[in-house]
Amino acid sequence: MTEERPGVETDAYNFAYLDEQTKRMIRRAILKGVAIPGYQVPFASREMPMPYGWGTGGVQVTAACLTPEDRLKVIDQGADDTTNAVSIRKFFERTAGVETTEHTTEATVIQTRHRIPETPMTEDQILVYQVPIPEPLRFLEPRETETRKMHGLEEYGLMHVKLYEDIARHGEIATAYAYPVKVEGRYVMDPSPIPKFDNPRLESPALQLFGAGREQRIYAVPPYSKVVSLDFEDHPFDPSKADHPCALCGAENTYLDEVIMDDAGGRMFVCSDTDYCATRQAEGHRGAQSAPFTEAAE
Amino acid sequence: MSTPATPLLQVRDIRKTYGARIGCTDVNFDLYPGEVIGIVGESGSGKSTLLNCLAGHLAPDAGEILFNTRADGLKDTLKMSEPERRMLGRTDWAFVHQNARDGLRMGVSAGGNVGERLMAVGARHYGNIREQAIDWLDRVEIAEDRVDDRPGAFSGGMQQRLQIARNLVTGPRLVFMDEPTGGLDVSVQARLLDLLRGLVREMGLSAIIVTHDLAVVRLLADRLMVMKSGHVVEAGLTDQVLDDPQHGYTQLLVSSVLQV
Ligand SMILES: Nc1ncnc2c1ncn2[C@@H]1O[C@H](COP(=O)(O)OP(=O)(O)OP(=O)(O)O)[C@@H](O)[C@H]1O
Ligand SMILES: [Mg+2]
Ligand SMILES: [Zn+2]
Repeated sequence: MTEERPGVETDAYNFAYLDEQTKRMIRRAILKGVAIPGYQVPFASREMPMPYGWGTGGVQVTAACLTPEDRLKVIDQGADDTTNAVSIRKFFERTAGVETTEHTTEATVIQTRHRIPETPMTEDQILVYQVPIPEPLRFLEPRETETRKMHGLEEYGLMHVKLYEDIARHGEIATAYAYPVKVEGRYVMDPSPIPKFDNPRLESPALQLFGAGREQRIYAVPPYSKVVSLDFEDHPFDPSKADHPCALCGAENTYLDEVIMDDAGGRMFVCSDTDYCATRQAEGHRGAQSAPFTEAAE
Repeated sequence: MSTPATPLLQVRDIRKTYGARIGCTDVNFDLYPGEVIGIVGESGSGKSTLLNCLAGHLAPDAGEILFNTRADGLKDTLKMSEPERRMLGRTDWAFVHQNARDGLRMGVSAGGNVGERLMAVGARHYGNIREQAIDWLDRVEIAEDRVDDRPGAFSGGMQQRLQIARNLVTGPRLVFMDEPTGGLDVSVQARLLDLLRGLVREMGLSAIIVTHDLAVVRLLADRLMVMKSGHVVEAGLTDQVLDDPQHGYTQLLVSSVLQV
């Protein structure tokens, strides 16, 4: 049952931490999820050596997907160097001994919190999302028995009530994160708290897997699935683009983070996807605030 | 109107027990299009049990409930699939609860509450949904400028009127009501009853109304069923039953009202 892995630092762990039986259970849930796009498959979430809210669902899905040949990238809000991303990457370096990378193009498995990489993904890649709340209907219907029935019977009017409330209150659909989608014309799904800017890229050549640890749910969007963001005829879905280019790489079509630069309140907007931004800069692209080629910035 | 129509609802031998206790039993009646039937009786006599069986909220132990569906004519709702029955619940049927909180979404604006049934049957144009919601608020005498308020900010009577608007917006053919005026002040009750009577007539609604209050049935119901210990002990035209009660229990019921 257990695989012996040369090069794994501590032999107290099985490859990728979870025992093979648990991984098989998770893979079965993943396969079921792939077979029924957007459907939330219950699974027996395991205790992981990190607190809930740190992506235990995503970590278990990643553990069940990894092979020794994989190259893993982990991002948190688009960045590879946040505490969360670093600790998950280290975790798999230690327990699976897999190679890791910060480059989207080099990764075979990417675990993410809150973003889809800007760089287009390919059929050879798997994107694993960390999901806090998998149930899109919970906002208005807290009863689990009732939301399951609604999914089962395709009764999704309530999802539009939420969007109606948005427009009534704010004059437009103000939902900016976790914007609900319908997958393959059947299940309504919460794409996890990615910005709605990323929603169009949910239609992807890559396999997308969603893991919710505390809530014990796994769901999937298979490659090339149709993913439609819900809206009204007279208030069509708008992924909303930033009104300025990235201050560092000049990109005009990326999701930007606001960065405070100094005590005087100076700020700039830069790509939230740090790998994408750095790669563009390495290719010679420049934004309004980027350092000149040779001199150091002051 | 004038066709010697098929009944909208045919109820046959409905029985519901809770263990050894009888909820209701041997209930038989027909409801014709545009007709309002009142169900009266003391507390515990089985009124709510019967109504919930008819509306599909409770599964009876025995009997048939035939509803004249738009598409397929008479169908036994007890033999329908759950999706089919739930669809009826969102379209041709409506249910007004005694407690408005049971029939409203308290976290959603008045407009959203009314719009929900429209969206549930596929409305996807915000402007149209809102327009219809405002129109219905107006019909139940709630001012347009309250459309974005949540029901928690409404009085009990307003909440009840909102619940009625939310139910009637999709133009149902059959409305179930369980004590729709219960718990309201007398003057508020009177206004609500007036409103209900107007809507029932205007829309040609069929309705089944459960109530303790004989004044309510006097005003709204064409026919009356009197229940005691789970049985229907007397049934007939409302005025006849109230003015010339035959069953001893009905006589008691009527006389006790006169004393009030
Ligand atoms: N869930 C239940 N479990 C057991 N017995 C029940 C249940 N619901 C109702 N009953 C019993 O069934 C009988 C009929 O109750 P029901 O609620 O239908 O009466 P009702 O006429 O609506 O009374 P009320 O006027 O007080 O609302 C009563 O004896 C009641 O105690
Ligand atoms: Mg009752
Ligand atoms: Zn950039």
